[in-house]
Amino acid sequence: MTRRILDWLDHRTGIETGVKSFLYEDIPASSGWHQVFGSMALFFFLLQAATGLLLSFNYAPTPGEAYKSLQYIMTELTGGRIIRGLHHWGASMMIVVVALHMAQVFLWGAYKKPREATWIIGILLLLITLGFGLTGYLLPWDNRAYWGTIVATQIAAKSPGIGDYLTRLLASEEGIGVVTFARFYAMHVMLLPAAMMGLIGVHVFLVRKHGVSPSPGDNAPTKKFYPQQVFKDTVAIFIAFCILMTLAITLHAPLERLADPTDTSYIPRPEWYFLWLFQMLKVFEGPMEVVGTHIIPGVAVGALMLLPFLDRKKITRLSERKLALAALVVVALGLGGLTTAAIRTTPPSVANGDQGPIEAWQELTPSELAGLGHVRKEKCATCHPIGGKGGKLGPELSKLPQKRTMKELAAFFKNPQQVRPGTSMPPVRLTDAQLNDVASFVIKLDTGNVDFLIEAPENVTAGAVVYKNSRCGTCHLLNNQGIKLAPPLNGSAAKRGRKWIVEHFRDPKKLSPGSTMPPYPFNEKDMAAITDYLLAMN
Amino acid sequence: MAGIYGLWALMGAAIALPASIYLLLPPRALKKDEWTEVGDIASLELNKPEEMSFQRQRKDGWKLVTEKTTAWVTRTAEDKVVAFTAMCTHLGCAYHWDEKAKNFLCPCHTSVFGPDGSVLTGPAPRALDRYLVKIEGAKLFVGSVEQGEPV
Repeated sequence: MTRRILDWLDHRTGIETGVKSFLYEDIPASSGWHQVFGSMALFFFLLQAATGLLLSFNYAPTPGEAYKSLQYIMTELTGGRIIRGLHHWGASMMIVVVALHMAQVFLWGAYKKPREATWIIGILLLLITLGFGLTGYLLPWDNRAYWGTIVATQIAAKSPGIGDYLTRLLASEEGIGVVTFARFYAMHVMLLPAAMMGLIGVHVFLVRKHGVSPSPGDNAPTKKFYPQQVFKDTVAIFIAFCILMTLAITLHAPLERLADPTDTSYIPRPEWYFLWLFQMLKVFEGPMEVVGTHIIPGVAVGALMLLPFLDRKKITRLSERKLALAALVVVALGLGGLTTAAIRTTPPSVANGDQGPIEAWQELTPSELAGLGHVRKEKCATCHPIGGKGGKLGPELSKLPQKRTMKELAAFFKNPQQVRPGTSMPPVRLTDAQLNDVASFVIKLDTGNVDFLIEAPENVTAGAVVYKNSRCGTCHLLNNQGIKLAPPLNGSAAKRGRKWIVEHFRDPKKLSPGSTMPPYPFNEKDMAAITDYLLAMN
Repeated sequence: MAGIYGLWALMGAAIALPASIYLLLPPRALKKDEWTEVGDIASLELNKPEEMSFQRQRKDGWKLVTEKTTAWVTRTAEDKVVAFTAMCTHLGCAYHWDEKAKNFLCPCHTSVFGPDGSVLTGPAPRALDRYLVKIEGAKLFVGSVEQGEPV
């Protein structure tokens, strides 16, 4: 029955014949593990397409919105962090696989006559892959994206002869904004995928036309692509996929602070596979700059394209291609050396992620963070586990029933016996306002965010308590809580620095003439705490 | 052979699982029970539904939007009020109060609801949905929506 359905379908569409002729392609007897990289590259492209599509279902491609929607994907959607992780780390994996594919083709001399066109298309595919990396870099619209792309568009602007046109094409005359963003997005999700798919089609067609390149001296009868080679390809893909999954699950794909064109403290660094280029820009200065930005990369791409014509000898045995081998070693050492130099000169603040993403606790309102401060001061964790840590007497604070209101919780904290007679919970000795803060924090807690929220540093939560006790929110706005009678506080402390803030608390009028803020002569401990807190609020 | 299919099945599942969780699970809910002020009910006549419009905040994906919305509010006793959501329970059209017939009429597929929200005729599958209500002084507040009784 199945046979008849398949025959019917094959007669109408030729699908079975097609699949069979694809799988039973003749390949050289010497084919083996060294030829798995092409399939791997194709797999990673398809995986990027799939994860990219999934991201686009919840992504708003405009500056600002892009950042918020990505934050939403990563913090509010279950599984969103893994999907973004797969896309982010998948891009790096694809670069690695493509480089390995190229190196293999080079070492086996597989670019030689009659496979010159296959090689050249391969180089174009490499450039498109890098183009994906470059355009995708802007799309999170965080500081990293913004400043990295500023540098990239400035380099494009300096292209000899065509700089002005490129600048107009990228709409980056006056920095980058909505138009540049739209163009990068269009390239990333429309132009480049279309070009990639078309060229992959031609590339695979040419591989089929010329056949897989045999190892030197292989005169044995050919074998079939399926099943041995398909199995090897599958195993290699599976191993790479496992590595990618591990990366996506264990490492947080970076999402730094929202792009801030006024942030002069930001130190941009490109993605690792562009670091060699970045390092080279430091070497060439003044009129020589164009050597690093355009001439060397241009010559490199040109040499790669022309390789089959520069090296026309038929010999493919590596032992007789000393010059080619030496060239590969020199290029590898050069790229490796430049990349290492770039990494070694990266300031530790960038390497350690000091400019890292906004932590979940940084988004808590002053009330909620002060609530956490009280939870710590009152040592609630002696009885209650919080995120699995602490005593076992009371219920886990992140798993409380959700239906309770702030009022009910605060009333319970104040007099547990009255609300639930017989409970072993002692009353919490705090003011009503402070109990409300604790309640607001406990309501905010859930099993998904608890691990991130309790990472808030001690001094910062203590600072939030000082902030609330001093009623700063009656004039100031911070994390959308409070009012705008006085200047909003997000990010303002970081601009002024610790010393200024301390002095300003002691005597506001001295530093801001005309200010109506009263002096706050905190003791040393409170002063340190509230300053730490304000510095942490960006 | 089996190895090839097995590994691909494994990888397919490893992608399909997070992908379907990502697409199908609702966003992590905000645990807020918010009351939205609708307006003054002192002027409402007993048992005569009035359409009241008010501003409401709603989480829309990654945005918190403030939008105008309406409710049909009936004062059933001195200190009692019902507030129906303004959408017909059939297919979501806006219905209105027919003063002559003393019932709610949906113009789309002619569902008719009594003053208490129950379905009188038409294709509507359940009575009108209502807001949780709270009265403070003469001010009406609405909370979350409760589905109406099925027919």
